[in-house]
Amino acid sequence: MRVMAQMSMVMNLDKCIGCHTCSVTCKQAWTNRSGVEYVWFNNVESRPGQGYPRTYQDQNRWEGGWVRTRRGRLKLRAGGRMKKLLTIFANPKLPSIQDYYEPWTYEYEHLLSAPAGEHTPVARPKSLITGHDTKISWSANWDDSLAGGNEIAAGDPILAQVSDRVREEYEKSFLFFLPRICEHCLNPSCAASCPSGAIYKRAEDGIVLVDQDRCRGWRMCITGCPYKKVYFNHRTGKAEKCTFCFPRVEIGIPTVCSETCVGRLRYIGLMLYDADAVGKAAAVESKTDLYTSQLSVFLDPNDPAVAAAARASGIPEDWIDAARRSPIWDLIMRHRVALPLHPEYRTMPMVWYIPPLSPVVDVLRDTGHDGEDPGNLFGAVDALRIPVEYLAGLFTAGDPAPVTEVLRKLAAMRSYQRRINLGEERDESIAEAVGMTGRQIEDMYRLLAIAKYDERYVIPAAHAETAAGLEELATGCSLDYEGGPGMGGSGPFGETSGRYAPIAVENFQALSTRQRADDINQPGPEAKRVNLLNWDGKGRPAGLFPPRESPNGPDPNGPEEKP
Amino acid sequence: MNTLLWVIIPYLSIMVFVGGLIWRRRYDKFGWTTRSSQLYESTILRWGSPLFHFGVLLVLIGHVGGLLVPKSWTEAVGITEHAYHLTAVFLGTIAGLCTLIGMAILIARRRLVGPVFTSTTRNDKAMYAVLGAVIVLGLWATVRANVVGDGYDYRETVSPWFRSLFILQPDPSIMAGVPSSFQIHVLAAFVLLAFWPFTRLVHAFSAPVGYLTRPYVVYRSRDARSQRGLRAARRGWER
Ligand code: SF4
Ligand code: SF4
Repeated sequence: MRVMAQMSMVMNLDKCIGCHTCSVTCKQAWTNRSGVEYVWFNNVESRPGQGYPRTYQDQNRWEGGWVRTRRGRLKLRAGGRMKKLLTIFANPKLPSIQDYYEPWTYEYEHLLSAPAGEHTPVARPKSLITGHDTKISWSANWDDSLAGGNEIAAGDPILAQVSDRVREEYEKSFLFFLPRICEHCLNPSCAASCPSGAIYKRAEDGIVLVDQDRCRGWRMCITGCPYKKVYFNHRTGKAEKCTFCFPRVEIGIPTVCSETCVGRLRYIGLMLYDADAVGKAAAVESKTDLYTSQLSVFLDPNDPAVAAAARASGIPEDWIDAARRSPIWDLIMRHRVALPLHPEYRTMPMVWYIPPLSPVVDVLRDTGHDGEDPGNLFGAVDALRIPVEYLAGLFTAGDPAPVTEVLRKLAAMRSYQRRINLGEERDESIAEAVGMTGRQIEDMYRLLAIAKYDERYVIPAAHAETAAGLEELATGCSLDYEGGPGMGGSGPFGETSGRYAPIAVENFQALSTRQRADDINQPGPEAKRVNLLNWDGKGRPAGLFPPRESPNGPDPNGPEEKP
Repeated sequence: MNTLLWVIIPYLSIMVFVGGLIWRRRYDKFGWTTRSSQLYESTILRWGSPLFHFGVLLVLIGHVGGLLVPKSWTEAVGITEHAYHLTAVFLGTIAGLCTLIGMAILIARRRLVGPVFTSTTRNDKAMYAVLGAVIVLGLWATVRANVVGDGYDYRETVSPWFRSLFILQPDPSIMAGVPSSFQIHVLAAFVLLAFWPFTRLVHAFSAPVGYLTRPYVVYRSRDARSQRGLRAARRGWER
């Protein structure tokens, strides 16, 4: 047994309102630079829908993840090591920018500079790839909330798996949102696909990262990841991916997407697992066994033997304690309401989901039934094959049993709690019907409905003796002086070559350069425009006022103030 | 003049090459990449890129064989000059043509596909010019001497001179009598060599052969170099 700790997340889909706040804040934090305009480390897709990039779940087409060979071993679906090296000059399975979408901006400048004319000037869309006029025809959430209707939803690879009758009913019945980040898999196929070994899993907390200094732009990881959560920065020529906001998590605060989630539906905590068991668990024969086999690699931190083994593998005491308090453990193992996304890819994903009951409740309500009555709910969960089969396609490789079980638990919780709300007596029989006790249900309800910040996010800080330098995050940009490393810009070999600047500083600089850039496609280094939000009224930033007439003439803007 | 062309320039170029590579590795690890443009366009790339790269690898093997392996060795294992020459010219021309065609496809793609062209830097353009010149000159030298002309054995002249550079007893006099087409090719190659560390060509030195033997999943510990201190966590609403 080799105990390792994994920072994991669970999302409660019933609460997602599809507001995209998580995506936007994540983008502001991580992918607001040029070269990654099309990249959303966190995206929220409507289901049914094609997802982002389009149809990424169709592994017959994209060949992501692992497959089990006849001899019971795991092999990358896109081919073994030799094949990878032979196709290195042109990766045959790389999604093109069109499969994501062509990023664009609007030519706002034109609104101001257009000559007086008969027509009101318009801000035309400009492609951020070519810099030319473009016609917007797709985006990261083009089919949001079933926009585009059946035509687009029909392209959903998961929908294609479920039977025709189910499909028809589904299309007219409901919708839910699926927020996605990198799964920080226990058996990451992105890392396995990387020829340079630049993608690694951190030994301390299991976060999967790309070493930007070792990445050589071979693009194999993008094919390797079945969730398509590694992206290619087309300006720097390097792969980038969700970082689980490691600079934040290391100091014990949740990821940006979790922190800003409007529905407060994300949970973060540790899971202990047996690293030696992962390979075998990922290679079980039947796809539908993958959910349970992944459960089997998790280790119970309350078990003294596990705690001892964890200590022996160098996991600090407060981390073991955090693992005991982990909301993830409760949701996955104790209440068993969280399920992995696409276990059939055999990467052992570690961002899990509580499937939504709302599709069932919606149907009940729309047909005039009481959506909180236990009898109605249980009956509907069993009878409504549509959501169950579809959800099973997402979370359990098509096996409806675990999904039904979770939905019944959620239904039981709903009915049980309603009685409490209405001041009626607690009804143990509802809990028993799903194999739980009333106490357990109330416990689960607490965690799902009213858990506070500290209960939703149990994140032990990285240890002082192992912590990376994080001061930069909290002290502002101490490197941000003229010509200092924080000023961004480019080294002699193209975009951001040269020595590294701390992430936060780089992001800040990139964002401000972008805001000030005149040319959308090639944001120049010169600060031509001024960001008034940052201007504190002191000094005269270049470009704020028109240039003086002559060096000696009267200065229309008054004497220069020194800040 | 001979010394300048066949001693000073080669040594300078090799020095810049090695020094440049070391310097770039230390200073600019982040910029060390293929800067692939496959994301923008992959249909043409799928033809051009393998054609070029496999061609150029073959050419490389040919050069190593021709320049570094002394003629006496190949003859010792029973390969006659005629047989060697024939295969070398035959394979070399094919590989050279593959490289050339691949490169033509890639350059055309670079120019004609909008996004690819936008992302082409000045450095890239210069690099293409030099690389293209070296390849064309090399092919031209071979074709002129062996296909049109009546054969030229560079292993009698260029190769010994090339090896003499590495045993630090450079002998420029041999190069004086070499046909000018070969001379120009050699000089162009040294220019390319000196330019190499400062272009995207450095990606050739990160050919990932280690991939064949390393374990699939790489584990690494948090970077110990950048420890700078710790500050206590504060909650989201307190910040
Ligand atoms: S989800 Fe994340 S860790 Fe898993 S294969 Fe994809 S990029 Fe790698
Ligand atoms: S912020 Fe929360 S509620 Fe809004 S889309 Fe993201 S996950 Fe859903």
